[in-house]
Parts: sequence; structure tokens; C-alpha cells
Amino acid sequence: MRWFRLKHVLLLVLDTATPAITAGLAEVSVDGEHLLAERVTINARAHGELLAAQIQDLFASTGKSVTGLSAIAAGVGPGPYTGLRAGLVTAATFSLALDIPTYGVGTLDALGAATSGDVLVATDARRREVYWGLYRDGSPRTPAGVEKPADLAPLLVAEGIAAGVGEGAQRYADVLGVSVSDPLYPPALQLARLAADRVRRQAPSEQLTPLYLRKPDAVEPSTRKPVLT
Amino acid sequence: MPEEPLVLGIETSCDETGVGIVRGHTLLADALASSVDEHARFGGVVPEVASRAHLEAMVPTIRRALSDAGVTLHDVDAIAVTAGPGLAGALLVGVAGAKGLALAAEKPIYGVNHLAAHVAVDTLEHGPITEPAIALLVSGGHSSLLRVDDLTKGVEPMGATIDDAAGEAFDKVARLLGMPFPGGPVIDRAAREGVATIGFPRGLTATRDFAEHRFNFSFSGLKTAVARWVESREAAGEPLPINDVAASFQEAVCDVLTMKALDACRYTGINTLIIGGGVAANSRLRAMAEERAAKHGITVRVPRPKLCTDNGAMVAALGSHLVAAGAPPSRMDFPADSALGVGTIAV
Ligand SMILES: Nc1ncnc2c1ncn2[C@@H]1O[C@H](COP(=O)(O)OP(=O)(O)OP(=O)(O)O)[C@@H](O)[C@H]1O
Repeated sequence: MRWFRLKHVLLLVLDTATPAITAGLAEVSVDGEHLLAERVTINARAHGELLAAQIQDLFASTGKSVTGLSAIAAGVGPGPYTGLRAGLVTAATFSLALDIPTYGVGTLDALGAATSGDVLVATDARRREVYWGLYRDGSPRTPAGVEKPADLAPLLVAEGIAAGVGEGAQRYADVLGVSVSDPLYPPALQLARLAADRVRRQAPSEQLTPLYLRKPDAVEPSTRKPVLT
Repeated sequence: MPEEPLVLGIETSCDETGVGIVRGHTLLADALASSVDEHARFGGVVPEVASRAHLEAMVPTIRRALSDAGVTLHDVDAIAVTAGPGLAGALLVGVAGAKGLALAAEKPIYGVNHLAAHVAVDTLEHGPITEPAIALLVSGGHSSLLRVDDLTKGVEPMGATIDDAAGEAFDKVARLLGMPFPGGPVIDRAAREGVATIGFPRGLTATRDFAEHRFNFSFSGLKTAVARWVESREAAGEPLPINDVAASFQEAVCDVLTMKALDACRYTGINTLIIGGGVAANSRLRAMAEERAAKHGITVRVPRPKLCTDNGAMVAALGSHLVAAGAPPSRMDFPADSALGVGTIAV
């Protein structure tokens, strides 16, 4: 990386673990992170179509060149599988083509990063469930989980948690008993901040492992299936 | 663009992660990672398992292809990727990965049709396609007869299966005989040890089917006939001549496929027949097509078995064909289309 010659380096951030298709370009310097531009589209079914187009647009609008990139940070979820994979495979092939490192960032961590006090962070896990985590002053207190809102509610009562962020919290606010505020989706600047230390340290590239938190749906046939039905 | 474009092709429409590299009609690399073993115990491809495996295999498979071909991404003229048809979630991994590669390496991208790629792959074996040609495409998901006038523009469907695909019939009959998935290769092997003594039905070949279904296929009745035969044997407590059943079933499939393909050639007056797709790997189909075509002065083109089943080289071959013909690249926001029709060669 050209760290010693430049005052700041260029970081591409991506997150596709929620219905938001998020791409941002940030400058990381010794003493901070600055978001140059971001593109966000809310569309749970268009991650594969729009992510690359948004990235292309980021470079065109900022006048930056892809070859000027020093690192990529990508939200590793948890999130619905198909969309999540679009972001991770994009980050991985970008990294391969440019020979630059990738860093994984927790999607819930980015959502919770700017909160204060005790907060529930929840995103929509589909099938009437949420991906969730508890945060205190912006830091995670629990590992990310997946749960039905009604099964999560008693814990929130016991912990005295009445505030939530994320569109999962918003969607099930009544059942969860939380009042919801922004952000609903992981902000590009927070994604950049969570990776910034690794960018500065020039930490080794990481394998981006998606947090699915569920096994694939597949039933093993118990016996030979009759063909005559 | 060079006359012999260097193209990297990515295929993820089903359970194979394929990355191929070709220069014009020359195959330089054909790297493949398969999740087939993970699906075997389920008796069929589990889409989510396939998609997860594609994500893991994507970068290592691209690296392997580049190193096998002895080229760098910088050398490549274009990236091609299967845009459809196939499993939606699986396709999307390839499409998003290819877009990332194209954007970062600043190369044009071509989202291409998987079925047309099954036809184009033969250029790697036998050189430029002679057009017009009839293509018989037979795989686990498709069984079609196509008329190919210009592979850069589109192909015209003449007929297709009205129920099961030929490969699907192989897989289902294998399961019925207690053989592992995928069934095609095991039945092929078992059939070599057996004799086609049982007269199983040939779907849609009766005179009454001629008007409406001359170029269509049906394999579900055949599968049921095999099931009935096996179950009646078992009910009678008699041993099952598995190899003979396999040979008889395979004979019925190959008979119908070659009969209708050659009929399409005669009907159109076209004397080149290209066979592609996983079932084109079948040894009996290859032999029977050669033998029958020769009698009618028709040239059969079938690529080697490894190029018949899903792979990345076929996508690269079609990409290279399109680039050489000056076709415009795809836009960065093209979608993966699980139901992409054969009329669309590139999106
Ligand atoms: N030697 C063979 N004989 C008969 N069938 C075979 C043979 N080898 C493979 N097959 C069949 O081919 C099918 C696999 O074909 P292919 O690799 O083209 O993949 P597919 O997933 O069916 O792809 P497509 O998207 O092209 O339909 C399987 O059904 C398999 O049983």
C-alpha cells in the first residue's frame, strides 16, 4: 500500500446484508475517516443488478480511479443469503483483480456503532425472524443471533431495553416493545470506521465469511423416493 | 478487438463453479469446482448449498484458471458470465463476481446464455461453427432442438421436452435402481455391462404425435415404465437385471434423441448437428448419433465429455465468439435471469 507516500488512502465499503444496497468511497488518514460519496438503494431483490452499477457510479462521480483503491471493507452480515453473497463476492473479486486486502465488518456493528446507552440492533431475517444483537454505547454485548421477535421480547424486558435501531426493529417494534430511531440500514461511514484501524495498520487481508446463522434448507430423503406418484 | 479475443468465462448456473479461459477457439484453461458431493445425499441439487459453495469457490477457481492459462487479468480482453437460465441464487454469485472482476480490471463484460454456451463450446473442439446448424441440447435441466443460423444473434427453438429433461430422466431412473446421483455417468457405465433387452416406450414418436410434437420430447412416461417394470419384478421376488434395465432405458432415450435430431436436420435441409449439454457425454448417444448421421450424410459435432457438462470454458467460448463478432458488451446493471430464453444470446 502507498501509505507512506500519501496522506490518506482510498477505501471502498460495501454492505448488502439488508434490503439496502450500500456502496461508499472513503478516505482513511492517520487521524480519521472521511466519506467521499455513497450510493444506497433500498431494494431487497436487486443486489446482483445494482451493486456493481453503484460502484461504477461512485468512481465516475468522484473522479477517482479503481486502481487508486487501497482496501475494501464489506459487511459480512448476518443477512439474507442471496443479497449478502452479492456484496461478498464483489469484494472478493475486486480484491483479486487489484491485489488489495479485504476486511470483514459486522453489519449489526455498523448499525449500532453510533448509538448510546442500551440498544437492540435488529435487521429483517425474513421468515418472520430478525437478526439481532444487544449494544451498549455502540459496542456489541452479545454475539449476533437469529430469533422470532416474540421469543426475543422477554429478554429485552429483562434487560430493560426500550430503544432499537435497524429495519428489523422497526418492522417488529410492537412485538419487541422498543421505540425505533435511525439508522435503519448500515451507514457507509460506520462501515468505513469499523475497518479503518485495519486499513491504517495495513492488516493482512481477511477471508470474507458470510454470517448466515442458519443451515441451508434441505431435507435428506429418508428412504428411496417412490417415482410412481 | 483482436481477431482471437482472450476471454475469461464464469459459470455458476447450477452446482459447478467453472472458470474457463480461451483465446479465440483455443482452450487455455478450464478450472472447475463442484459441490456435487454435497448434494448427493439429497438425491438432487440443493440450491442454497450450491450458492454457498459458489461463493467459497469463486476466487480460488479464478486464480487456478489464470495460473493454468499462464495469463493475468490484465491480458484478458473481456469477461463473460452465465446470466441465465439456471438457479437464481447460484447465477447471482457468478454475475456479481464477474461484474466485480470486470469493474476492477476495467474490462468489458458479457452476460451470456448458458444454453447457447453449450453450443458454442464445440468451437473449442472443432473450430468455427458451420451455420446454419441444428443443435440438440440435452442436460439435467433442458432437452431442446434448436436451429442455429447465427450464434451471435439468437437461436430458434424447434422443440423441447414437455415434461422431464433427458438428464433428469437419467437421474430419476438411477435413483429408482438404487444408484447414486448424478445418474447419467453410472447408468452409462452399467449399460455397458448389460444388453438392451427390454422394449421401453419411445415418447412422442407415435403417428398421432407427429403434427403437434414432431420435435418435442417426453421422458416422464419412460421413467414411469421403468418404475413399473422394476416394481413388478420386485413384487414377484425376482432378481433385478440392473445392467439390462440401464441399457434398455438408455437405448430408449438415445433412440428418441437421435431420431428427432436427424429428423430436424432433414426437415430443414441442414446437414450439421451439434450435440451439447451433460447428456451429450453419454457414450451410447455419441455412438448412435454418429452412426445414424453418417447414413444421411450429416456431420455430427460433439465436444469431448468434459466440455459437455457445465463448465466455464463454454461461457468463455461464447464470449470470445461475441467479442470477435463485435457484439456490444452488457451494461453493469444487467440482472441474473433464471428463465432467460434461447432467443437471447447476450443480455
Ligand atoms: N454419461 C452420461 N450419460 C447420460 N447422462 C449424463 C452423463 N453424464 C452426465 N449426464 C447427465 O447430465 C446432467 C448434467 O448436465 P449438465 O452438466 O449440463 O448440468 P445441468 O445442471 O443439467 O445444466 P443445464 O443448466 O445445462 O441444464 C445430469 O442430469 C447427468 O445425469
